[in-house]
Amino acid sequence: MSQLQSWGRLSQAEHHTVALSSQSLGKQIMSTSPGICYGMGRSYGDSCLNPGGTAWLTRNLDRLISLDTKTATLHCESGALLEDIQRLLLPRGWLLPVTPGTQKITVGGAIANDVHGKNHHVFGTFGENVTALTLQRTDGETLICSPDGENPDWFQATVGGLGLTGVITSAVLKLRPVTGPWLTAETIPYQSLSDFFTLSRTSESDWEHTVSWFDCLSGNQPRGIFLRANHNQQPFKPEPDKKRQLSFPVVPPVSLVNRLTLKPFNTAYYWLNKRKAGISTVHYEPFSYPLDAISNWNRMYGPKGFYQYQCVIPPAVSQDAVGELLSILRKYRQGSFLAVLKTFSDRKPAGLLSFPKSGTTLALDFPNRGQKTTALLDAMDSVVSRANGRLYPAKDARMSAAMFQQGYPELARFQAYRDPGITSAFSARTIDC
Amino acid sequence: MSQPSTSHRPNIIIIGATSAMAEQCARIWVSRQACNLLLIGRNTEALSSIKADLQVRSPESVIDVQMSAMEYAEEIQALTEQALTDRQPDTVLIAHGTLPDQQQCQDDIKQAEQAVRINGLSPVLLAEAFIKQMLENNKGTLAVIGSVAGDRGRKSNYVYGAAKGLVTRYLEGLQHRLAGSHVSVVIIKPGPTDTPMTAHLKAAGQKMATSQAVAADIVSAIDHKKPVCYTPGKWALIMLVIRNLPRFIFNKMDI
Ligand SMILES: Cc1cc2nc3c(=O)[nH]c(=O)nc-3n(C[C@H](O)[C@H](O)[C@H](O)COP(=O)(O)OP(=O)(O)OC[C@H]3O[C@@H](n4cnc5c(N)ncnc54)[C@H](O)[C@@H]3O)c2cc1C
Ligand SMILES: NC(=O)c1ccc[n+]([C@@H]2O[C@H](COP(=O)([O-])OP(=O)(O)OC[C@H]3O[C@@H](n4cnc5c(N)ncnc54)[C@H](OP(=O)(O)O)[C@@H]3O)[C@@H](O)[C@H]2O)c1
Repeated sequence: MSQLQSWGRLSQAEHHTVALSSQSLGKQIMSTSPGICYGMGRSYGDSCLNPGGTAWLTRNLDRLISLDTKTATLHCESGALLEDIQRLLLPRGWLLPVTPGTQKITVGGAIANDVHGKNHHVFGTFGENVTALTLQRTDGETLICSPDGENPDWFQATVGGLGLTGVITSAVLKLRPVTGPWLTAETIPYQSLSDFFTLSRTSESDWEHTVSWFDCLSGNQPRGIFLRANHNQQPFKPEPDKKRQLSFPVVPPVSLVNRLTLKPFNTAYYWLNKRKAGISTVHYEPFSYPLDAISNWNRMYGPKGFYQYQCVIPPAVSQDAVGELLSILRKYRQGSFLAVLKTFSDRKPAGLLSFPKSGTTLALDFPNRGQKTTALLDAMDSVVSRANGRLYPAKDARMSAAMFQQGYPELARFQAYRDPGITSAFSARTIDC
Repeated sequence: MSQPSTSHRPNIIIIGATSAMAEQCARIWVSRQACNLLLIGRNTEALSSIKADLQVRSPESVIDVQMSAMEYAEEIQALTEQALTDRQPDTVLIAHGTLPDQQQCQDDIKQAEQAVRINGLSPVLLAEAFIKQMLENNKGTLAVIGSVAGDRGRKSNYVYGAAKGLVTRYLEGLQHRLAGSHVSVVIIKPGPTDTPMTAHLKAAGQKMATSQAVAADIVSAIDHKKPVCYTPGKWALIMLVIRNLPRFIFNKMDI
């Protein structure tokens, strides 16, 4: 037995861990099910956990299988890291079309949560850029699935399927050509929610990446920083020396994010970034994965860990609902260190349980202060559900079964594709209760 | 695109190429420059998937695989002859091994025999066979993965430890013999490392080094022709203490 945590560090439960290996995977999962896959544990909640039960560690399944430069696709095993893939392929003129705010995640985890990046309106989700995957079921069956070839229904269930349909063993990923690592980025300070919505609307036709950070303590017309960027044509040059990796060395006894520090931090962050207003050239890594530069930054929330709350709200009611959520924060006198707003465009989702849908997504982090925090999140839930929005399972450790089932109307269809030998703390809490 | 290097391509032979440590070494080697690589092992399926992986990482490298058994002298002879046909290695890494269950080795001496064969006899006979040719070429570095377990016999794994101890003594002898030649011998002594061999220990919660970190040390020891390499480095100190503990203290320890 060994202890596993997810990124929110809310629990530290014993798991029977089984490191999967390509050669014996089928036998391994058959003989140790029920279990759940654990990639890099970059999900914040309990979707990659199975306390007291089996966790299949997929990190060693990291072989690359083939690179086809004609079709611009990479076939690789599911434990390969997005970071390793991108660093290997960048000098040859390729990157992954879609990556989330960290690249220290596995291909399997990226598919199982159908993750999104800052360019949803251009490339969609990670799953939209997968052309095939191999699924190993705990009864020994192996399925090849692709969106428009074999087993398309299994493909749809597995993309965003939270690891519950089987173990993804390999996937074929689309690549995008790039000339180099450089982005032309523009930083635009804004002063209200309606400014944010205008900026989003007007940026999407000309900018590939759009995202925004805002100061959730700055009243009901929050100030924020809007970022937009495009890949530019500057060529790749090998970097002379690697940037130094910082690390958060210890778990402080209490959260460093608290009422005393939040306000000055948010204010400082706003002013520091406001000074950068305008256009600049940036490397895609610090632009896309700013937090990857500090290992274990999640430790700053102390031994009790933290919750992330990410919802999506349909367009018609986005602005009102976000305003309402902010007023709840004020009512509960809690703020977030990192508040992120972004819009999703209207696309057909790749998976039955994919999170992104047309509208606005809001992500907030809260140190775990027990009942005080869960009461706040419950209050936010009622706004989200009234607005016909939903929460992102990758970030969730506490939503109710009702909240999940209401947010994901395709759940009933999805159930037919479940692998009975797979269970997670998340599925036990929100589906099988 | 980076241009293929015009300088000499290293010729590298890996025996036990499916070992997790060896696979990580190979990734480091091909990431630095295109290599001529020969992967030797007993499992074709695993060898070919490792070859495919390395080929994606380094399309310019030339990677061959060789399926060979390596337990008995005749097999080792055949393996070596096949590997060295048309090939003058700059580096030979001998990596295979198994971690036997000590209790089973005590209960059944056939198991002890097999453990000593694969962890002790096989690598030293391979070393002997390869060194002969390398001396004729008067170049190359031979590295063999031993273990910290070979430094002092302990009740929990002395059959494995004895086999690894044999490897250490044998390579020391080779180093003595080769002093003054252009052929070098490197003894690698890893501490507990997270690989399939130790999966049961990891599942029991033991802290271990990553195979990537250990591989980086192995590659660097080979680069520097370091005679003995403990990896991670702290094991040099730990084993210095363990080797020198007086018997009356050592015998009281449950290790
Ligand atoms: C700093 C940070 C920023 C982030 N930003 C974003 C963002 O912008 N957009 C976004 O969408 N997400 C974001 N995330 C969330 C993250 O991308 C997802 O949680 C991702 O799924 C984590 O991948 P992982 O490899 O760590 O998988 P884990 O967290 O270990 O597992 C995630 C899920 O995938 C399943 N799984 C893993 N491997 C397999 C497999 N081989 N077969 C079947 N199922 C499998 C697990 O069972 C689990 O259900 C962010 C996370 C962090 C820490
Ligand atoms: N992991 C540790 O904690 C640790 C510590 C100290 C030293 N070591 C040593 O490090 C070396 C590499 O091991 P690893 O940790 O990387 O383990 P591993 O991944 O389990 O690799 C073991 C290798 O040995 C091969 N092998 C086992 N029995 C064999 C046989 N009878 N004939 C041919 N090949 C055989 C395996 O081949 P198949 O793939 O065909 O099975 C595999 O290539 C070994 O010498 C080991 O003793 C390991």
